[in-house]
Amino acid sequence: MKRPSLVPLIAAVGLLSQGAVTATEVSLELEIPQLPVAEYHRPYVAVWLENDQGRHLADFALWYDLKLRNNEGTSWLKDMRLWWRRSGRQLSFPVDGFTGATRAPGVHQVALANAGQVLAELEPGQYRIMIEAAREVGGRELVELAFAWPVASARTVTGQGEYELGDVRLQLKP
Amino acid sequence: MKRNTLLTATCLVLGLTAASTGHAHRAWMLPSATVLSGENVWVTVDAAVSNSIFYFEYHPLGLDGLIVKAPDGAGLEPQNQAQTRYRSVFDVELTQEGTYTVEIRNDGLFGRYNLNGEAKRWRGSLDTLTELPADAKDLELTESQRRMQVFVTRGAPSFETLKPVGQGLELVPLTHPNDLFVGEQAQFRFTIDGEPAKELDITLIREGIRYRDQVEERVITTDAEGIARIDWTHPGMYWLETQVETSSKLPQVGERRLGYSATLEVLPL
Repeated sequence: MKRPSLVPLIAAVGLLSQGAVTATEVSLELEIPQLPVAEYHRPYVAVWLENDQGRHLADFALWYDLKLRNNEGTSWLKDMRLWWRRSGRQLSFPVDGFTGATRAPGVHQVALANAGQVLAELEPGQYRIMIEAAREVGGRELVELAFAWPVASARTVTGQGEYELGDVRLQLKP
Repeated sequence: MKRNTLLTATCLVLGLTAASTGHAHRAWMLPSATVLSGENVWVTVDAAVSNSIFYFEYHPLGLDGLIVKAPDGAGLEPQNQAQTRYRSVFDVELTQEGTYTVEIRNDGLFGRYNLNGEAKRWRGSLDTLTELPADAKDLELTESQRRMQVFVTRGAPSFETLKPVGQGLELVPLTHPNDLFVGEQAQFRFTIDGEPAKELDITLIREGIRYRDQVEERVITTDAEGIARIDWTHPGMYWLETQVETSSKLPQVGERRLGYSATLEVLPL
């Protein structure tokens, strides 16, 4: 089954409703830990939105090695195995809109592609932002941040990785 | 920087330059079984170079320097050798009772020098040193000795093929390498030219990385007698690897890089 990517769909809806964008401010910060390993490669990271049934709704960010020759960097995308199953394997690369280069260890603000439009279309309910990281010759880790939509009052949802991810922080301001 | 050394050595074995890959590819052999019984017994061995241990994903391992020793010490010709896209393969028929050793040795001399302002690399041996141009400047020679082993036993384990030669980095089993069980401790002595390799880091990686989130690499350090004590907590095939850099005993050579790796099978009790 080929599921159409939600991003263009949402974009089209946004166009019809003259760019309906939620007023809620959403920001995501994630930490890539410094690791004392002999051979270090920056992790691949995928950030997506799903509902509380685990249904993938939109990709928000994908950091991978997009500069390698012949698109070779895509050969490790499957190591983010949950994201690959939920979304990645349906996409054809390169994709536009939510991809970026891998990041060095440190705290990073994640640009959430089309988040304003995607969230504006959400039914009230429980959702999760999923952050999955996989590192070549290293490990793989998943952190989930659950939140209720719509957002009534400002709140911060935090998560903590143990290996491939450090502190993860989602801020929601209505 | 240890890993880079391995990378360089592996790449040289493969005839690649480190710059062209940028990844620490590991060379390994994987036998179909290590503990066997009965008549008409064969093992088949895969040999490959990959990023992720025991997955075929990068390059077949060259089988030059492959030595198979029967329990009585006699050399055997491996059968049905083939090279496919990602792995090499060969079979060994176990006609004798006891322990067979499958080994690949890579010994070489590597040189870097300048010729008319251009950086050059060279690979050869002491005998081919004369190949180097007479006007080579800033010549730096590095000696490399690497050994990779797999042990396979039909019937009761034997020690004949496990005797150290007293040359390079070696594993001298105190526990037989085909007698490894969960809940027990194995002891292996590591030696450099027959002398105990003290405080040497031994890395162990268990098969099945794809089915867990972390590599779960273990590092065990040898004691003053060169003995590594390994408590086995999980069954499976393990890749054991260690390496060390020393100075060469050859007057014209600077660094000496020694490497040892083995694939070991640990059974549940």
